[in-house]
Amino acid sequence: MIPSITASFAFLNDPLSLFFVFVILLISAPAAVYSVGYLKGGYSGGKVKLAWFLLVLFVLSMLAVVSVSNLVLFLVFWEIMSLVSYFLVIFDAGHEKSVQAGTVYIVMTHFGTALITAAFLIMYSYTNSFDVLTVKEAAYLIPDGVKGAVFLLLFFGFGAKAGIAPLHIWLPMAHPQAPSHISSIMSGVMIKVGIYGIIRFAVFTMGITQLWQGRLVMVFAAVSCLVGVIYALMEHDIKKLLAFHSVENIGIILLGVGGSMIFIAMNQPALAVFSMAAGLYHLVNHAIFKGLLFLGAGSVYKAVGARDMEKMGGLIKLMPYTAFAFLAGSMAISALPPLNGFISEWLTFQAIFAGALKSAGNGAMFWVAAAAALALTSGLAAACFVKAFSVTFLAAPRSAKAQAAEESPLSMTAPMLFLAALTLVFGLFSPQILRLLAGISGSTLGVYTRDMKFSVLNYGITGGLENAGSISGWLVLAALVFSGLAVFFGFRLLYGKQSFTPGRTWGCGYYAADSRSEYTATAFSKPFRIFFGFFLMPYRKIEKATHGGYHLKYFRYETHTTPFFRTFFYEPAVSASFQLAKTVRRMQPGSIHLYLAYIFATIIALLIFRGKF
Amino acid sequence: MEHGLRILQVLLIVAAAPLVGGLIKKIKNLVRMRRGAPLLQPYWNFFKLLGKSDEVISEHASWLFKAAPYAVISSAAAALLLVPLFGGFAAAGGMGDIVAVLFILALGRFFMALAGMDAASAFGGMGSSREMFISSLAEPAALVSFFALALNAGSTSFAAIAGNGVFHASSLTAGFALFMVAIAETSRLPVDNRETHLELTMVHEAMALEYSGRSLAILEYASHIRQMLWFSLIAGVIFPLPLPAGCGAALAAAAALVFVLKLAALALIMAFTEISLAKMRLFRVPDLLMFAFVAALASAILAAGGY
Repeated sequence: MIPSITASFAFLNDPLSLFFVFVILLISAPAAVYSVGYLKGGYSGGKVKLAWFLLVLFVLSMLAVVSVSNLVLFLVFWEIMSLVSYFLVIFDAGHEKSVQAGTVYIVMTHFGTALITAAFLIMYSYTNSFDVLTVKEAAYLIPDGVKGAVFLLLFFGFGAKAGIAPLHIWLPMAHPQAPSHISSIMSGVMIKVGIYGIIRFAVFTMGITQLWQGRLVMVFAAVSCLVGVIYALMEHDIKKLLAFHSVENIGIILLGVGGSMIFIAMNQPALAVFSMAAGLYHLVNHAIFKGLLFLGAGSVYKAVGARDMEKMGGLIKLMPYTAFAFLAGSMAISALPPLNGFISEWLTFQAIFAGALKSAGNGAMFWVAAAAALALTSGLAAACFVKAFSVTFLAAPRSAKAQAAEESPLSMTAPMLFLAALTLVFGLFSPQILRLLAGISGSTLGVYTRDMKFSVLNYGITGGLENAGSISGWLVLAALVFSGLAVFFGFRLLYGKQSFTPGRTWGCGYYAADSRSEYTATAFSKPFRIFFGFFLMPYRKIEKATHGGYHLKYFRYETHTTPFFRTFFYEPAVSASFQLAKTVRRMQPGSIHLYLAYIFATIIALLIFRGKF
Repeated sequence: MEHGLRILQVLLIVAAAPLVGGLIKKIKNLVRMRRGAPLLQPYWNFFKLLGKSDEVISEHASWLFKAAPYAVISSAAAALLLVPLFGGFAAAGGMGDIVAVLFILALGRFFMALAGMDAASAFGGMGSSREMFISSLAEPAALVSFFALALNAGSTSFAAIAGNGVFHASSLTAGFALFMVAIAETSRLPVDNRETHLELTMVHEAMALEYSGRSLAILEYASHIRQMLWFSLIAGVIFPLPLPAGCGAALAAAAALVFVLKLAALALIMAFTEISLAKMRLFRVPDLLMFAFVAALASAILAAGGY
């Protein structure tokens, strides 16, 4: 008997759903305003209308995904979201790359959907319901082994959408191809819907019972952090670089979420709430600064007409507002105080520290390793954004187009400056925001948090880390501003006003140096390329043509890195499946006699089957 | 009153910061049988540069180049507020957090590296690239040793770590790791060499190459403060001598004296390290930092075991 599927249209309005609705709208609204200026000029009237239609459909489908309570409807909206975003990825279908990126995206997203669907069907078969809350009530009916399998299906299914390594390969291909306001929504918000899926279904609905679940999440999170940031360092396509950083930041978010899962299994409810809140804090922060950075990259792309950073430079003078906003985003993503990335990374470190403190021996070392991975990641991220900002905006222009760049219109700069202001707001009001987020994660985890203290101001965490470290965004900001101003005005009073005379850059006496002698993005990342050579496997392509063997006529030199997961995992998998298809094709040689024989054989087999059972 | 004393303490430390650099230089010269520059030479350099009010900067440089020295010195000063000094107290009181110090220092480094790229010079870019490379590899070692210290104290707050008072074996290994990190962070041999302007060896100096006058003075002072910060951090956290609450002026003065002695001892060790080692190739530096990381990991293992 096939069970009839009833889908009732009910909405979840618990804090978790509302939080995601808030994040989606927080980024989509500025991105929509931005698209007014961004689409002007570059696209025909019909295409602009199509872009608006797809944008609205995209945002609505995401809102529906994070708020429906029925699993079947969830899958329907999930598919709409994936398909609409596919059309947005191939929106600039003139590029062959867009179509290719779209194909990889649609394959990977359906791989994820298949796993999620399987998980939902297993959940249904035990609980006989498609409603999230009913399934949650009846989750005790599911045996532990099956629960573990469902957890794996959900984690990798939603992980494919979130872009955890090694399922991330579609992300740096697809996100940069979309128009920039869509890139900002995709990287800022859509991949977070994958995180929503993990929290809503794996943590909230199914419940976490075993230690390995959280540990698995944390291991994948740490790997994503490092893989994302190392590839980002190698990239000089500015939008691809940002997309790789999304992989990294998803890793940081999942460090908090995974830590929370471990705390649940360790029976530390207060710390579980704290760790989840740290993850959610980084989630909203990443939405803000990544949305901002993609908008900035789009503004630069529109002005310069290229995404290759080696063709930019000097834009800080020509595009001051874009440069300022991009600087704020770069500082926030590099976790520099007093901006928001600093607070959430610091909270993640605190959660990890609490984990190390609460577990003994080997358990503690697991957390220490996670902390080391996070520290390396944040160091490398800062390096990467020094590269991204300085090569794009500083020094002398590297191309004629960069020299002629103009600042974007107000409709594009205003949303960027709004998001840049938010990076500061979310850094300064951290105690209040943490309190709110702790309430959200408390309600998700079923922990009563009203009486608990969650403060970043040295009050500690009741029932967890009584004597926690502390930091205040306000204090750091005050110290920075006060000492900076004291130095500036102090010396000004004592020694008079500073004056500057522009002169040539020192070139060891050689004064014909132009922008070609600047340090490039490739040169900047060379030490990293050599150090991480065991993973990146760099190689060179050299083309040479000579006149009669002595005089060099033409010389071309390229360095590339080997994409690890693509070369050693995806390409073998793809070629194996083509090989399999070729083998199967032999069954179909075009002879009608053979086909008749197949039909006959099938009938015989069915008859035997029917007779036996 | 207490807050006033703490601020005074920070101002004193900031004022005395160049002395450490001068002392290290003096020791190095004495061991090499040279007379060397006077102890106060860093101050004379500072005032000389301050007096030069007109600066020649690159025609490509933007506002960021002019603003960077102020960002660099304010991040160093703000980080110093969090670090415990004489008596185990940080200026910010209980607000100090050992992990946050790393982030605040990163702010100054970020702007320094940006400024290095801003003049369109290959030297500056090379310096920025190398600085970010070295510091990103030093970060895990620093953080894990901080974690070990924090595990001993049960908190990442400086007040708890420095007020701990109990000697732990893991503090020694963490101190060893932090010393190696400090070598990299304060641009000393064998990682970097402040005394030369040779393009192959420059790291920190390459970034500051385009600076002159007051901006250069501020940048140099900022690196003195940063050096003071790392030394006080190692001195105050690894060998904590917490001052009992409500003690008299005599005890406070004694604590200050002990603090100065600890700094001098560290300067001596640093000077001998610099004399006895040659500059490493850039791609050997990760080996040193990896060694620091292993030492830090060892201290975390010890700390997790309760030693």
